[in-house]
Amino acid sequence: MTATVNDRPLLELDSVDMFFGGVQAVRSMSFVIRDSELAGIIGPNGAGKTTVFNLISGVYSPSRGSIWFREQDITPLSAYQVNRVGIARTFQNLRLFGRSSALENVMTAAQNRYRYSFHENMFGNLSPCYRPDPDYYCGFVESALHMGRWAGREKKIRDKSMELLDRVGLADRAGQAAGTLPYGMQRRLEIARALALDPKLLLLDEPAAGMNPEEVEALNVLITGVHRDFHLTTLVIEHHMDLIMAICPHIICVNFGAKIAEGPPEEIRSDPGVLSAYLGDDGKEETE
Amino acid sequence: MKNAVFALIGLALAFAPMSGYQEGIVVLLCINCIAAMGVSLLTGFTGIFTLGHAAYMALGAYTAAIMTVRHGINWLPAVMSGGVVAVAVAWLIGVPTLRLTGDYYAIASIGLGEAIRLVLENWRSLTKGARGFPGIESYTTRFVAVAFFTAMGIVMFNLINSRLGRELKASRDDRVAASLMGFDTPSSRMKALLISAFYCGVSGALLGGYMNFIQPSMFDMMKSTELTAVVVFGGLGSMSGALLGSALVTSVMEYFRDISQYRMLIYGALLVLIMVLRPEGLLGSREVWDFLPNRRGGGIKP
Repeated sequence: MTATVNDRPLLELDSVDMFFGGVQAVRSMSFVIRDSELAGIIGPNGAGKTTVFNLISGVYSPSRGSIWFREQDITPLSAYQVNRVGIARTFQNLRLFGRSSALENVMTAAQNRYRYSFHENMFGNLSPCYRPDPDYYCGFVESALHMGRWAGREKKIRDKSMELLDRVGLADRAGQAAGTLPYGMQRRLEIARALALDPKLLLLDEPAAGMNPEEVEALNVLITGVHRDFHLTTLVIEHHMDLIMAICPHIICVNFGAKIAEGPPEEIRSDPGVLSAYLGDDGKEETE
Repeated sequence: MKNAVFALIGLALAFAPMSGYQEGIVVLLCINCIAAMGVSLLTGFTGIFTLGHAAYMALGAYTAAIMTVRHGINWLPAVMSGGVVAVAVAWLIGVPTLRLTGDYYAIASIGLGEAIRLVLENWRSLTKGARGFPGIESYTTRFVAVAFFTAMGIVMFNLINSRLGRELKASRDDRVAASLMGFDTPSSRMKALLISAFYCGVSGALLGGYMNFIQPSMFDMMKSTELTAVVVFGGLGSMSGALLGSALVTSVMEYFRDISQYRMLIYGALLVLIMVLRPEGLLGSREVWDFLPNRRGGGIKP
């Protein structure tokens, strides 16, 4: 870990197993992601990388083991609850709301910002409590009549979303239907949409998939920039070794659902297990 | 802005001089449009195909009829209760079935729609059975129908242009992504079902007050199919398209009333024609004002 990284663990997987029928997709996976870290997960196709993301984000719940986030057990949380504790993600196969405009996509997320507040002072309850961010929330009747707080809240959601679109370089495409955007832009739109949830931890699932070298370079800049500017802990799954090696000081390598190596890029590069499993026996990168 | 346009249309419909026959058509238009808005929210905006929504109209109609005729309750609370009863039944039905998505819900909704109709047909002590329920006072005047249509239209357009609209469209387009944006998608679908049931219930209650007579066969599969067909016809994901579709189908059916045996032939031909010429429906997933020049997407003006 680099010196700038806070030592407090933000995310912790504790011997997590995942079975699909008789297939074990993840086996006793344990790792720790520290606060404000930029970490990467690599591994060959079918190694279980995306399954790990699905477990963290609550799309699946683990067969065994537990997942902790900010000292809270998030194993039982469903997918729709993880944004409350501060986890957001993108998808390997783009999952945008295709018929809505780019701006609407981001607004859909921005309207669900949650705020972290401690309840224990009032109720002696030690578990943290999350409530809808009052700056971005208005009630059903106000929405139905477009009265009361509606206009102000809607403007706030819209402004925040435009700001994020601008950050990823899509401000001029705000009105376009998301499904009709070029591929690289859809990827960046997904990042903007995830950021709109105001997460503490951002999970990026193969953000560079299908991109050409120039686009990957731009993405590189975007990911590191976002990581820095938003004080985000970021966990990236990637196939492009170059990208991971260039930006992530902490790399976890998985194969057949199990962690086979962990450490800084130099160590990963020379780890014999990684070389044979992922890079091939002669030490060259696999051809895609 | 849109609210003002809606209110102006409402005023025009309510106070323009008309013959009695034209008034009748306007009332019918308003009633059908209210139901179409409800189904459009569910089918067009939430992506749940239903082939049983006439049952909610039936529930609204019978509730209002029983309350006004049997218990002498004023028509306005009776009509609202019609909507509320439809919502209550929709909730009971939604809890077990809304885990189903897509085509599976459509199949379930056929069964549920028929079941509700058969209950109404056979619970003779309450509903007077298949021969129908006569003697409903004619509370649905032109003014009442237009007022309901305008108010419910404004609310519906406001809803789809705010939080709820984005939530429903998100769970329609991608359930996994929607849940990770913080939406509990089964409950999103439930919200859509309850609102659409309310619209259909009120529409049915108004229909009873217009016809003075209701019977279960008015709310059969045929009617349910028509409700969904009108929405597909106007464009899935377009509320104004649903209104346009409903208005067009209602007027065509009225126009050919003289050759009543052949009306369904023309209705069928019209649907086939539209689906061949515009597979996405009249407006696709856009609203009428998206076709105006110089407007930005996203629903609200900056």
